[in-house]
Amino acid sequence: MSVPAEPYVTADGRQIGDVLMEMRNITLRFGGVEAIKDISFDIREGEIRAIIGPNGAGKSSMLNVISGFYHPQEGEVWYKGAPRPSMKPYEVARMGVGRTFQNIALFEGMTVLDNVMTGRLTHMKASLWEQAIWWGKAEREEVFNREQVEKIIDFLEIQAIRKTPVGRLPYGLKKRVELARALAAEPSLLLLDEPMAGMNVEEKEDMSRFILDVNDEFGTTIALIEHDMGVVMDLSDRVVVMDYGKKIGDGTPDEVRSNQDVIDAYLGVPHE
Amino acid sequence: MLYRTAGQFKTSYRTDQALFPIRQDAFLLGVILICAWVVFPLTASEFTFQTLLTPILIYSLAALGLNILTGFAGQLSLGTGAFMGVGAYACYKMVTLMPWLNPVVAILLSGVFSAGVGVMFGIPSLRIKGFYLAIATLAAQFFLVWLFEKWAWLYNYNASGAIQVPNLDIFGLYVAGPQASSMTQYYVVLTIVSLLTYLAINLTRGNLGRTWKATRDMDIAAELIGINLMRSKLTAFAVSSYIVGVAGALFVFMWRGAAEPNLFDIPLSFRVLFIAIIGGLGSILGNYLGAILIVGLPVVLNTVPRALGIEVESALLEHLNIMIVGSLIIFFLIIEPHGLNALWRLIREKLIIWPFPH
Repeated sequence: MSVPAEPYVTADGRQIGDVLMEMRNITLRFGGVEAIKDISFDIREGEIRAIIGPNGAGKSSMLNVISGFYHPQEGEVWYKGAPRPSMKPYEVARMGVGRTFQNIALFEGMTVLDNVMTGRLTHMKASLWEQAIWWGKAEREEVFNREQVEKIIDFLEIQAIRKTPVGRLPYGLKKRVELARALAAEPSLLLLDEPMAGMNVEEKEDMSRFILDVNDEFGTTIALIEHDMGVVMDLSDRVVVMDYGKKIGDGTPDEVRSNQDVIDAYLGVPHE
Repeated sequence: MLYRTAGQFKTSYRTDQALFPIRQDAFLLGVILICAWVVFPLTASEFTFQTLLTPILIYSLAALGLNILTGFAGQLSLGTGAFMGVGAYACYKMVTLMPWLNPVVAILLSGVFSAGVGVMFGIPSLRIKGFYLAIATLAAQFFLVWLFEKWAWLYNYNASGAIQVPNLDIFGLYVAGPQASSMTQYYVVLTIVSLLTYLAINLTRGNLGRTWKATRDMDIAAELIGINLMRSKLTAFAVSSYIVGVAGALFVFMWRGAAEPNLFDIPLSFRVLFIAIIGGLGSILGNYLGAILIVGLPVVLNTVPRALGIEVESALLEHLNIMIVGSLIIFFLIIEPHGLNALWRLIREKLIIWPFPH
């Protein structure tokens, strides 16, 4: 069963809208190595989109193209119905693309609260001078954004550690703080690079719950990379499968699961 | 017991984000401020002003400037001395070209010049990091000191090649030059240092401070969540060099009274860097603690043996001082890489939960 082309409502009652971001014939090369070969797919508003594939398939490269860290040699990225010009990563972030990282990339010297507050910096406009005297706009912004951040801290259940330096936290909590930092920016598209890597079953369940809740409550569109097939198949609305930089499958979890190329890529086929 | 925080509830984020959310901290600061503004000036001798109070404040300010760049924004700099020089020479040119200018205004404006120069030499930081950036700032150090020597216009074609602070007054009260009293100068320094420290605290705890710390801790992640690294680094260079430049102007106008180019050479840069490291990178309080140690130690070494009736050669004292400061730096880098500030934080944490161990 494939998904309809126009906006629709999923079986569990979530609204899936129009195309939010579209990859058109993306090719990315590093010297002679083609990391991504002519890949096209789209991400629709409100959906959870998974990118899967064996190691070295080019999934993280794909995510880095979306967040503007890599610039593809060929192809275009369309965002909200218009081709996106070549941008610096921070400009992409300011357009509403948030992300987390495969290897935790938190600011270790700062507290949890400060880390999450940093996520909101795109919403803060006070000038250097206003911040220096901590008066008027700067103080109002600080208090307002703190309120917003506290909502996310409540949502992800990390109230107890808000003033703990991030360096002291265990791995699972760090992953959650990283999600909080990305959410604080109120992104329209959230990219999660292996949000469950290295977690035990309970932690994976918690994280899955949070991802579903974020999608459900904030209506955030999510694109995620994950290796745990059970998780991917349960969470996502549609799945892109990559292998050796090529797209070998795209569709609902059921379609992908029965796709012969995907089965071959994961289980292996004899080469003559 | 004295530092009990229990019972101090916050009911709004505003109060939780206040400068001193814990009452005892505010009280302690009040005591220190009363000492600095009232008690010390009433009791201090000329010698104390000249060898301890004023230089400690000026070195603290210079270290604070460096700390914003190195401790908060993570950009290592070895050019502090030269940037202090830019502030001093800019101030000298301003007061000699425009004698009507209020000297305090001139000192505050001189930071603008060092900020400009700082940003210029900060541009390489967009491409290089760590030790390589330190080498690039070293180039600024050598170039600027060379410029102070060769560009005669800077020292008004003075035959000695040095700058001599003229008598400057605010409404008849001499604040700089041979006629100014140490106490007046101390108060000028204290006012400027207090003001700039307050502004620096606000900057480092606000949005800009978080931007700097993010740049320091993980620059790639910082860029991917929306931080413009170029802006973040260059504002750090600008703010840092401004403070360092003002410290340099104070250094010459409120304390030394005269300066030769080699005063701003590498030893000064290292001295300020040591203060920042021993005090604690990424802290505000640490700069003061570090300056008290580095400036105060030679004075203590000089006076204590004499007070005890032990005759020590001054050359020996000099060497003793160098050895002790050197070993202290090694000691701190090993035992407490975050400096005196971290030590104080540890003591404070223990005091808060005392008498319980956890």
